[in-house]
Amino acid sequence: MGGRVRYPGLDNLGGIRMSKSNEPIWWSLFAAGGVVSAIFIPIFIVITGLILPSSLTGEEAFAFERIHEAAAHPIVRLLVFCLIVFPLFTFAHRFRSILADVGLMKIRPVISVFCYGFAIFGTIITAVVLWNLS
Amino acid sequence: MKSYVRRYPNTWWLNKSSYFFFMVREFTSIFVAGYCVFLVYFIYKLSQGPDAYYALIEALKSPLSIALHVIVFIFAVYHSITWFKLTPKIMILRIGEEQIPSFLISGANFFAWVVVSAILAWIISVV
Amino acid sequence: MTERTMELEVLRYRPEQDQKPSFQTYVIPFKQEWVVLDAINYIKDNIDGSLSYRWSCRMGVCGSCGMMVNGIPKLTCAAFLKDYYPAKVRVEPLNGFPIQRDLVIVMDDFITKLEEIKPWIIRKEGEEKSLEEGEYLQTPAELAAYKQYSMCINCMLCYAACPVYCIDNSFIGPAAIALAQRYNMDSRDQGREIRQEVIASNEGVWECTFVGECSRVCPKNVDPAAAIQRGKVSGTIDYFKSVIIPWGGRRK
Repeated sequence: MGGRVRYPGLDNLGGIRMSKSNEPIWWSLFAAGGVVSAIFIPIFIVITGLILPSSLTGEEAFAFERIHEAAAHPIVRLLVFCLIVFPLFTFAHRFRSILADVGLMKIRPVISVFCYGFAIFGTIITAVVLWNLS
Repeated sequence: MKSYVRRYPNTWWLNKSSYFFFMVREFTSIFVAGYCVFLVYFIYKLSQGPDAYYALIEALKSPLSIALHVIVFIFAVYHSITWFKLTPKIMILRIGEEQIPSFLISGANFFAWVVVSAILAWIISVV
Repeated sequence: MTERTMELEVLRYRPEQDQKPSFQTYVIPFKQEWVVLDAINYIKDNIDGSLSYRWSCRMGVCGSCGMMVNGIPKLTCAAFLKDYYPAKVRVEPLNGFPIQRDLVIVMDDFITKLEEIKPWIIRKEGEEKSLEEGEYLQTPAELAAYKQYSMCINCMLCYAACPVYCIDNSFIGPAAIALAQRYNMDSRDQGREIRQEVIASNEGVWECTFVGECSRVCPKNVDPAAAIQRGKVSGTIDYFKSVIIPWGGRRK
């Protein structure tokens, strides 16, 4: 149903800030990355940094065939994609803030392009690498 | 009468411990993203065949790799801890007049973190 | 017995004669029960009558006496000398605002922002209750939903503590957003969408990087940081709703 709701006496809707922000997109990606990296990244670091190289669970656990077969599964590939890609956007969002907060606030739009551009680039690379894993 | 605008220093985050640890928290995103780039590399080597894969496994046994993992781990855990402590501020749940205490929400997140990590470690190592 | 004394290093700026601010040190008596405001009043009354500053209730409810005490934004009526004695105490005007004179800051920007978020109950057309119909009733639970945000005394300590605001004055700021949320979450109010135009803009919640210092310095435990984060969540939900359901489907 069309037509805006009318508020008596408030026809001028604060003309200064009518620009609708697209920040929610980036903030959602940042939040997703924050959650994903908070829960899953530490254990992966333990796996690739401790369990894997030390053969803590025996040589067969990390045999090429086993890991390759598990990783190539479509669902696993999707999960790994999420695990890698979302934290890239958390980085983009936070790094943009860091740079703005240490004196580069004026060129924030330029910084945004580079930061989110990097994250998008990383997304594409990740997708390609995962696609070629079969 | 002319008012005076003081310049805010770019080193503001060094002036107070709460500001400093805020910056540390933001910096963790660099290390986490760096590790994600490494994961892409890992998958890539996996797709290149057994020789490439086992070469990477060997490289992971080096002291440099261990040291880097430890550093990244510390920052990643700092991110996790600060993230779970912040979560209750974003979602305030109420039952009637009472607000669910923050520590319960944080606690639930920490619990999920530990459980998920244990399950993942078990799946990858044993199953 | 000689009286114990303490030093206060106070920022001075007299626009008619100074190019930039400087510091002046005063020796004041140390009294166990005194706060920094007492010391400043002593200076004004006994040592230097030219010192300018704002204060009123001296008991932490009016929000007038906010200043930087040793670099931390505080209500000077709530900062006890005994917590600093015998070290020197540095008193400066609040960060983030232009200095009018001595410890007095120009707060026009803050007032403008408070007005921008329309801090009053907004009813939709045709939904205003007439006097005969009586009051808008509210349960204790409905009151609890926004009460914390109504405790703000507009002292501006949160603005002085916020690095984002201090770096870039275009940020709407913690107190203004908390006040907007106070009305958004009031069951009697129907104006959330109107305020979203301001709150969900680039200068609104999205400038916040959740440093959290605003909530740490707030003397009334308003927790503006939480108000802002909740604003981000509701702003995001609105955004995706408007993208997925562009022809309608407005909340509330």
